[in-house]
Amino acid sequence: MVEFALPPNSRVQPGKVYKAVGAKNVKVFKIYRYDPDSNANPRLDSYEIDLDACGPMVLDALLKIKNEIDSTLTFRRSCREGICGSCAMNIDGTNTLACLKPIEDIKGEAAIYPLPHMPVVKDLIPDLTLPYAQLASIKPWMQTQTAPPPDGERLQSPEEREKLDGLWECILCFCCQTSCPSYWWNGDRYLGPSVLLQAARWILDSRDEMTGERLDDLEDPFKLYRCHTIMNCTKTCPKGLNPAKAIGAIKEKIMERRV
Amino acid sequence: MSLESPVGRARGLGSAKEGAGHWIAQRVTAIFLIPLSLWFAVSVIGLSHADYATFKAWMAKPGNSSLLLLTMLTVMYHAQLGLQVVIEDYVHCECKKIAALVGSKLVIAFLAVFMTVSILKVAIGA
Repeated sequence: MVEFALPPNSRVQPGKVYKAVGAKNVKVFKIYRYDPDSNANPRLDSYEIDLDACGPMVLDALLKIKNEIDSTLTFRRSCREGICGSCAMNIDGTNTLACLKPIEDIKGEAAIYPLPHMPVVKDLIPDLTLPYAQLASIKPWMQTQTAPPPDGERLQSPEEREKLDGLWECILCFCCQTSCPSYWWNGDRYLGPSVLLQAARWILDSRDEMTGERLDDLEDPFKLYRCHTIMNCTKTCPKGLNPAKAIGAIKEKIMERRV
Repeated sequence: MSLESPVGRARGLGSAKEGAGHWIAQRVTAIFLIPLSLWFAVSVIGLSHADYATFKAWMAKPGNSSLLLLTMLTVMYHAQLGLQVVIEDYVHCECKKIAALVGSKLVIAFLAVFMTVSILKVAIGA
């Protein structure tokens, strides 16, 4: 059966408290800490941050902690402008990008955890090996029988190109993937919203010639039809995309070829 | 411990090449059940104070008994489709899953046959 409680060695314990001495505008960040080398349970450390000496986004607070308070805090980040998807984490109960999440949007203490239901490498870093492998499994590149024109690119009308809007913008941060209960319970077989959105991106691309084969590979009770339109994916997407709609488009295409 | 590659694990046994039929049937039965449920609710309200003779006379009309059979069979089919999804979602032990899938289908099939016989007995029985 599905496990609804964390195993004993994953239960989060209270952690250390870091005070901001002399600060007037204080915000508390409660951050999940886990070090696999320590053999200890994960803990929740509290960091008091002086907001008068901190940038506006959650990533700014994390960088301040890393630089000035506790250099052992471990997290991924790169572009700090919502394009690389590295700093995806669960902030204030919602998966989002730390670089796009304003601190002022969080009421009270800010709880920060890694993306849910994934193995944790360390602190806020989840192991994303499985979703990356699932992405590779749908062959997210153009597949054709026709050779490309010798003197130019493969052409697409503006109407055909428009069908890719809302799909190409995905940055593969896996906020949606790890927010989906179906993916939590059956992540080993269900491809998940972000991978299916990528699949839709190639199925709906007029230049791709392997649409039928792509649909064949997806028509499966687990790979595709574990999506029960829960819509957590759409609610959480930090880029404002709609993976649930993209999954619906794949189901429509499969229906279209049957009737 | 497995040394299988992540992509090998993700590709697994490949696609079952089915699932669309189940998905379509679940939605089509749900849509059918909207008018059928309304008809059923209105009928039950209309018969709420009826005695058995009145109810039997109502059931003896082919339109009523046919619609009642259709409603019941659609509910059973829809319930079986839904139960299957719930079992596949939450039961991860393969032996328990297969037992639950087969068992639930058997129970639903028995209920469908039992209710069909019961409806026909009242509708056309002596």
